[in-house]
Amino acid sequence: MITATVQPTTTWIDACPAHLPGVEDGVAVLLPDGRQAALFRTRDHRLYAVDNIDPYTGAAVISRGIVGDRAGEPTIASPMLKHVFSLSTGRSLDDEHTCLTTWPVRRRGATVQIAVRTEEGTP
Amino acid sequence: MEEIVVVGNGMVGHRLVEALRDRDTDRHLHVTLVGEEPRTAYDRVALSSYFDGADAHDLSLGDLSGPTVDVHVDERVTAIDRDARTVTTARGRGLRYDRLVLATGSTPFVPPVPGHDLPGCHVYRTIEDLDAIIASARDARTGVVVGGGLLGLEAANALRLLGLETHVVELAPHLMPAQIDQGAAALLRALVTDLGVHVHTGTASTAIEASPQGRAAGLVLDGGDRLDTDLVVFSVGVRPRDDLARAAGLRIGERGGVVIDDTCTTDDPRIHAIGEVAEHRGTVYGLIAPGNAMAEVVADRLLGGEAVFTGADTSTRLKLLGVDVASFGDAHGRTPGALDVVVNDAAGGRYAKLVVSDDAGTLLGGVLVGDASAYSALRPLVGSPLPGDPLSLITPEGGADLGADSLPDHAQICSCNAVTKGALSRAIADGDHDVPALKARTGAGTSCGSCVPMLKRILARSGIEQSKALCEHFTRSRAELVEIVRSTGVSTFSALIASHGTGHGCDVCKPAVASILASLGNGHILEGEQATLQDTNDRYLANLQRNGTYSVVPRIPGGEITPERLIVIGEVARDFGLYTKITGGQRIDLFGARLEQLPAVWARLVEAGFESGHAYGKALRTVKSCVGTTWCRYGVQDSVGLAIRLEERYRGLRSPHKLKSAVSGCARECAEARGKDFGVIATDQGWNLYVGGNGGFTPRHAELLAGDLDESTLIRYIDRFLMFYVRTADRLQRTAPWIESLEGGLDHLRDVVIDDSLGIAAELEEAMERHVASYTDEWAAVLADPEKLSRFVSFANAPHAPDPTIDFTTVRDQPVPAGASVDLGMPARRPQEGPR
Ligand code: SRM
Ligand SMILES: Cc1cc2nc3c(=O)[nH]c(=O)nc-3n(C[C@H](O)[C@H](O)[C@H](O)COP(=O)(O)OP(=O)(O)OC[C@H]3O[C@@H](n4cnc5c(N)ncnc54)[C@H](O)[C@@H]3O)c2cc1C
Ligand code: SF4
Ligand code: FES
Repeated sequence: MITATVQPTTTWIDACPAHLPGVEDGVAVLLPDGRQAALFRTRDHRLYAVDNIDPYTGAAVISRGIVGDRAGEPTIASPMLKHVFSLSTGRSLDDEHTCLTTWPVRRRGATVQIAVRTEEGTP
Repeated sequence: MEEIVVVGNGMVGHRLVEALRDRDTDRHLHVTLVGEEPRTAYDRVALSSYFDGADAHDLSLGDLSGPTVDVHVDERVTAIDRDARTVTTARGRGLRYDRLVLATGSTPFVPPVPGHDLPGCHVYRTIEDLDAIIASARDARTGVVVGGGLLGLEAANALRLLGLETHVVELAPHLMPAQIDQGAAALLRALVTDLGVHVHTGTASTAIEASPQGRAAGLVLDGGDRLDTDLVVFSVGVRPRDDLARAAGLRIGERGGVVIDDTCTTDDPRIHAIGEVAEHRGTVYGLIAPGNAMAEVVADRLLGGEAVFTGADTSTRLKLLGVDVASFGDAHGRTPGALDVVVNDAAGGRYAKLVVSDDAGTLLGGVLVGDASAYSALRPLVGSPLPGDPLSLITPEGGADLGADSLPDHAQICSCNAVTKGALSRAIADGDHDVPALKARTGAGTSCGSCVPMLKRILARSGIEQSKALCEHFTRSRAELVEIVRSTGVSTFSALIASHGTGHGCDVCKPAVASILASLGNGHILEGEQATLQDTNDRYLANLQRNGTYSVVPRIPGGEITPERLIVIGEVARDFGLYTKITGGQRIDLFGARLEQLPAVWARLVEAGFESGHAYGKALRTVKSCVGTTWCRYGVQDSVGLAIRLEERYRGLRSPHKLKSAVSGCARECAEARGKDFGVIATDQGWNLYVGGNGGFTPRHAELLAGDLDESTLIRYIDRFLMFYVRTADRLQRTAPWIESLEGGLDHLRDVVIDDSLGIAAELEEAMERHVASYTDEWAAVLADPEKLSRFVSFANAPHAPDPTIDFTTVRDQPVPAGASVDLGMPARRPQEGPR
């Protein structure tokens, strides 16, 4: 998926080879600043990246959740306590006060890339 | 603050104080609850379950002590001083009151026959009484219950469960004279006699004879006959404990009981009486429902309300010695002109009588024995026009479909908690759309539970579709999807959702369909698309822990393990730095493996001949065993051998919920088989098969499905039972609620499994054979497949870098997750659903 607007301060980093993740599957990606992204591919072949850390338990497990949809909105269910988040906004669909960070994702040739804002840390 | 003193911490006193505590939110009242028993209130109605595994703790109704409530146990009130407005206790305490409530209940009546007070003579009312009966029964062979009423029959069952040859002696011409008529009693007698209880009716007991040691040894009957017995339980009725009130000069009814008016007030306006000690309009009620209703009235009045008590329904439904008995309304047909409509099916073990008005237009009451399933629908109809031909209501086909529609709003659906149809309809209109929500809002169905079927029916008739839909993506129930998959041969989730669902799926339907596909034999659970359907535990074939690591539980069938293998487990744990604990399921759990370490851990285990084992997954977990004849001096069969055989047969079977089993080598039941979904207990003839047990949120004992089976019949029955469960249960429905949900319950299950009433037994067995034949070690299969193995990496861009958030600290010499454990509240429940 090509994201429309990307801030000039943003750096694209290589996340994984383009065949990953599989359809309706996820993988974890270690970001240069030590943070972790959970990268998903939905059935319509869109890519999404959200924070890999489950905000309720602090465990880095979101990438191992189940991809699905709720009323058409693409979702990821945390495997820990089954909280469901929107993949496009990162917002929890069960609890409006909780939100996962999201990152722009794109495919470049044989690679999937994630855009990290440089002020977030050194690439 | 107003001082309220409540005397008697029994069921009704408890109910009152609980209601006050919950409703007096502004703290106008200070309540002192004084009870003579050595413990706080407990569920006397369920007292007999004490013989069936419940202990005092299970029966307890909870301690109500709090900022505005003082509770004193083991303290009897000895006097009331109405002028000074104080009560005095046996411990010398004086308590001042503004309002006093007497909830002293009643005491069993012991007929003054000679010898009634010998050691070995008992009553049946308190936990202490039961402890004394158990102690007496230890050296006894025979027991007699004097009194064939409701409680007498409960006591008889208790003696039976204690292993005594049991007699019941009743003065009236038939059993349960207060509740049921002669016809019903004849059937009840036959059913009770079948259970081995000797029934003597129309017989008075004239004396208890003593043994040379001075204990009860025989009961003399009025004809001069004598029953040899080591133990006697008197259950001939109760007397209100109105002694305090008498001494204080309060008005007492003709046959005892403190007289109260419709506000539950005695002739002293500051003193109320509730429960079994009270006499209202000439009646002393011996049931809990009227007592609770009185408690509610007094609670309301103490808080300034205007509630009144105008009498109560004395309908009862009981399971006595396993026999369903119910009576409601004018069961004896005392209304002038009343007509009886009777179905007496002795061969079928059913008796039903309806009492109707002279024009056969209005239902007045009735009696049901053997099959009381129509009770919850019939009772609320009392006083209302009959919805159809009376006979059709009590013939087996007719009873089931009684309309909730025909009930007026004031009809009481839950008599224990006095909830009307109107109140339920309002709750439903306010959005309580299932039974748990109705229970929470109205209290209906929370006591004896006999009204629950009616709650379901009212929900169904309220226009609210009781949705069986799995989730927003499938309108079908799990059982329906099983049938669709079976009949269409669909073998992938994508094809199923395309043809029978909408959208893309979610974490509810995906694992459910994955489980269906797996139970119907669709290859490895991580094959192709199936991998993305699995819950994380199935997805990584291990059990997710709170810090994102996994636990591995090597399969140890039957709990039997060689020293060499034990050493291997120890070595694996040591080499990978895993926390080790013996589980409650007779195996050893290794905790703290990172995702990328799992294959290496399995490789070591597989090499030593282990399988990793399911401690996760909706699948067979363990078959526990006791040592049985292998070592035990009491064992009568090889329980270890059978447990291993069962575990190896059913391992890997995907099911609606997890499955657990156990095998005990004799009736001492050291393997706790009756706490399992299917439990096997050895007899000297073979094996008894029990089904539908579980621990967890709502512990249930498994019930006997079939007895004295040889091993191959046993296995055939288990095959059928499990496959039938796999096909027809709801998602996350364990075997006990599943059996309950079957129309006809355990009896129906027995028909299907043993008598093959649906003609599917052969097919179920074949399905199980296919499962057994196609079983492979799922963990070894992952190790052998690079594609599957490729998932076991920490990061797509750094496959072996350990997750930096995982950190351990040492507790009791072992590694555990660093950092405080996150408070997960009660075991994971998601916001919108019940226990998983
Ligand atoms: C490890 C163990 C505790 C222990 O250290 O002893 C355990 C641990 C868990 N139990 Fe258990 N249970 C363990 C024995 C039991 C037992 C005892 C038994 O099996 O004899 C029970 C009561 C019996 C029963 O299941 O009826 C038990 C009743 C539960 C329940 C309640 C089930 C219910 O029907 O209400 C849950 C929740 C569930 O499954 O939905 C549960 C769920 C869990 C889960 C899977 C919760 C979770 O999702 O994280 C725990 C994770 C296990 C792990 O990570 O390895 N565990 N759990 C025991 C593993 C036994 C084994 O070797 O397989
Ligand atoms: C085995 C059994 C089975 C039953 N089954 C059913 C059933 O299926 N359905 C049904 O509706 N009912 C049933 N009942 C009846 C039901 O239990 C009673 O109706 C109910 O318990 C009455 O409650 P209560 O609070 O009035 O009396 P109780 O529960 O008897 O409580 C009275 C309490 O007051 C205490 N007390 C008495 N005097 C004093 C004093 N001076 N000072 C301090 N404390 C005092 C007593 O020790 C006792 O704890 C059953 C009863 C028994 C024994
Ligand atoms: S159940 Fe029986 S055979 Fe098994 S260990 Fe206990 S006493 Fe021995
Ligand atoms: S009638 Fe007993 S709980 Fe409703």
